[in-house]
Amino acid sequence: MSEPIISSLPAGEAPAPEASAAPAVNADAEQVGEPAEVRSVAAARGPLVMEATSLNKVFRLGPRASLQAVRNVSFGLYKGAVVALVGESGSGKSTVAKLLAGQERPTSGLITLNGKPIDVRTGRAFRHYKSQVQYVFQDPFSSLNPVHTVGYHLARPVKLHQPGVEHVNEAVIALLEQVRLTPAAQFEPKYPHELSGGQRQRVSFARALAAQPTVLLADEPVSMLDVSIRLEMLNLLDDLRTRLSLALLYITHDIASARYFADEVLVMYGGQVVERGPAEEVTQQPAHPYTQLLIASAPDPDNLGSTLKSGNVIAGAAGGVKAGNVGPAAVGCPFSSRCPLADDKCRRDNPALQLLAPARAAACWRLDVAAPSLAGGTT
Amino acid sequence: MSPILDISDLSVVYRTPGGDVRAVERVNLTLSPGEVVGLCGESGSGKSTLAYGATRLLRPPALVTSGSVRYSGRRITSGGHPVDLLAMSHKELHEMRWREIAIVFQSAMNALNPVLRVQDQLLDAIKANLRLPRGEARDKAASLLDLVGIPRNRLRSYPHELSGGMRQRVMIAMALAADPEVVIMDEPTTALDVVVQRDILAQIVELKERLDFAILFITHDLSLLLELADRIAVMYAGRLLETGSAQAIMREPAHPYTRGLLNSFPSLRGSRRELAGIPGSPPDLRDPLPGCPFIPRCTHAIPVCSNVDMSLALVAGPQAGPPPGLLNGVSHLTACPIVTPEVSQEGVLS
Repeated sequence: MSEPIISSLPAGEAPAPEASAAPAVNADAEQVGEPAEVRSVAAARGPLVMEATSLNKVFRLGPRASLQAVRNVSFGLYKGAVVALVGESGSGKSTVAKLLAGQERPTSGLITLNGKPIDVRTGRAFRHYKSQVQYVFQDPFSSLNPVHTVGYHLARPVKLHQPGVEHVNEAVIALLEQVRLTPAAQFEPKYPHELSGGQRQRVSFARALAAQPTVLLADEPVSMLDVSIRLEMLNLLDDLRTRLSLALLYITHDIASARYFADEVLVMYGGQVVERGPAEEVTQQPAHPYTQLLIASAPDPDNLGSTLKSGNVIAGAAGGVKAGNVGPAAVGCPFSSRCPLADDKCRRDNPALQLLAPARAAACWRLDVAAPSLAGGTT
Repeated sequence: MSPILDISDLSVVYRTPGGDVRAVERVNLTLSPGEVVGLCGESGSGKSTLAYGATRLLRPPALVTSGSVRYSGRRITSGGHPVDLLAMSHKELHEMRWREIAIVFQSAMNALNPVLRVQDQLLDAIKANLRLPRGEARDKAASLLDLVGIPRNRLRSYPHELSGGMRQRVMIAMALAADPEVVIMDEPTTALDVVVQRDILAQIVELKERLDFAILFITHDLSLLLELADRIAVMYAGRLLETGSAQAIMREPAHPYTRGLLNSFPSLRGSRRELAGIPGSPPDLRDPLPGCPFIPRCTHAIPVCSNVDMSLALVAGPQAGPPPGLLNGVSHLTACPIVTPEVSQEGVLS
């Protein structure tokens, strides 16, 4: 418990050793400029619990290639607050969650929990860490063991993380009631296949809560569920967050649910945070062209067929965005390969987050065009 | 216009040791040429079973117990006689598949054979349905990829080398190999993220306009259908609860379940409203309650609800003005008794 274990490199030292040995696929995309200090709106909910500073993660793909999955990501999780990480598949959002969960180690950067750098080096330290930081998986159909009962799934973490508890069974019942699987005694002996998707995800929540964590990392907790069940799940999470004062990281590709559920939204693209700010402001007045694209792509019931049927696929400021099968750019701004506003500078230099308001920032060279009303005041 | 596909009174049960599961119960649904009909319901509502039952793709223990599925495509019915899919021989059925009715399967992410190149899978579909010399078959495979906007050099790729969106496009290309008149799409975009989903939907709409096929689009996401479909059918516990134009469903949802669905998805636009969702879970289909299956979760249920026969009736409108049961020539029907004329006059729903 002495030194920052997980940041084997001093924070900010770049490029990382792996990257220099094998140039990253996108190694030339170092950000230009210092990323802005953003005053998170989530801080209004409670004190800082967990903080990520300048996280980088480089995966080696082979002897001569590597991929930077996370670049320079910094944010904080606050007690009783929800921070949403929004982005498409491959944007690096799950990698960030795995870094926070201690499942992967960052190539550089620092993660602190309650002010102390996290330590997951030994089994004992990792277990201690897991009792404070818990992870909820996306797929309730494969994250529960089919040969064990609900009671077994919950009794194990109770025994492991609350060694003082005498009546494990009562603790299990209490957990089931907490996630509103009632009557709890009826659910305890059931096997996962006897439960619906929503019920299984409740068991996953209960399992995470069994450790009595302070931080909950929820990786797409509702995306495998039916639309009619999703809202109930989000409401349950919201309720648990308030009652247990959890610091919650909510990972999703559905920016509409982030608006409904989160305090702060961070939009990721190509491993970087391209925009962040209060959920309502980011969704109502998106600054980055990628955020604008995400919002224009969300199904809009009020549209009643107009945009799809006229062939005008993406409406609004992000019009003319290239199809989704173009990957992030290797050099310059990751979105420049798809962005209709991209110019030579965008294709050459990767922008760092610039402050738009005390609690808002976006990483874009063309903010004057993409969001003139926001860019005017501060730049 | 007379329907190209007319499903009437279709019932499907799954024979299980614990009793029959009545997965689809006396469903009527039509699809007109060039129309997009959205079939919406949660997991286990029977929406996929309905589609597979109607195209005879189900295997025991599933059993079609009643109904007919009349198909009247232009190539099949020279004399204007529709054919009943449920009464066909296997040989006739084989002729129908792909050429007349094609399906884009659920979880297309995994529906491609991982050890075959894209080209070989497309050629399989082409060879099975069209008698083409090898060279022409190859050209056809390449032009199918063009159709869905995938570069031709991907013909030699394996599925794992393609992104989710591209795999989905290959599945769509494959379904269109033999120029079908009806394409059934079972949750084609469910595993994809929103931007890719929108690209694919736009592609589907564009292909539909160009090649003029009708689509039965199955999904659990009503918000998607509101934009995409001409007509929407809402299914719950094996029954159709409501059908109508997208506009009618959106503006004047009649069935409490539809209203619950509409109130379930967070909206990006407009003011941030309180969302309710639908508490409770679907009923056990082994032992259905009499009347409306939604009663246990319905906040409006009245005694009459246990006696309804679940046939669809025109939705009653407010006292004045044109009847809203007909919007743009599409009738708005519901199985809910408390919004049909006799009961709504008593002011149950206000």
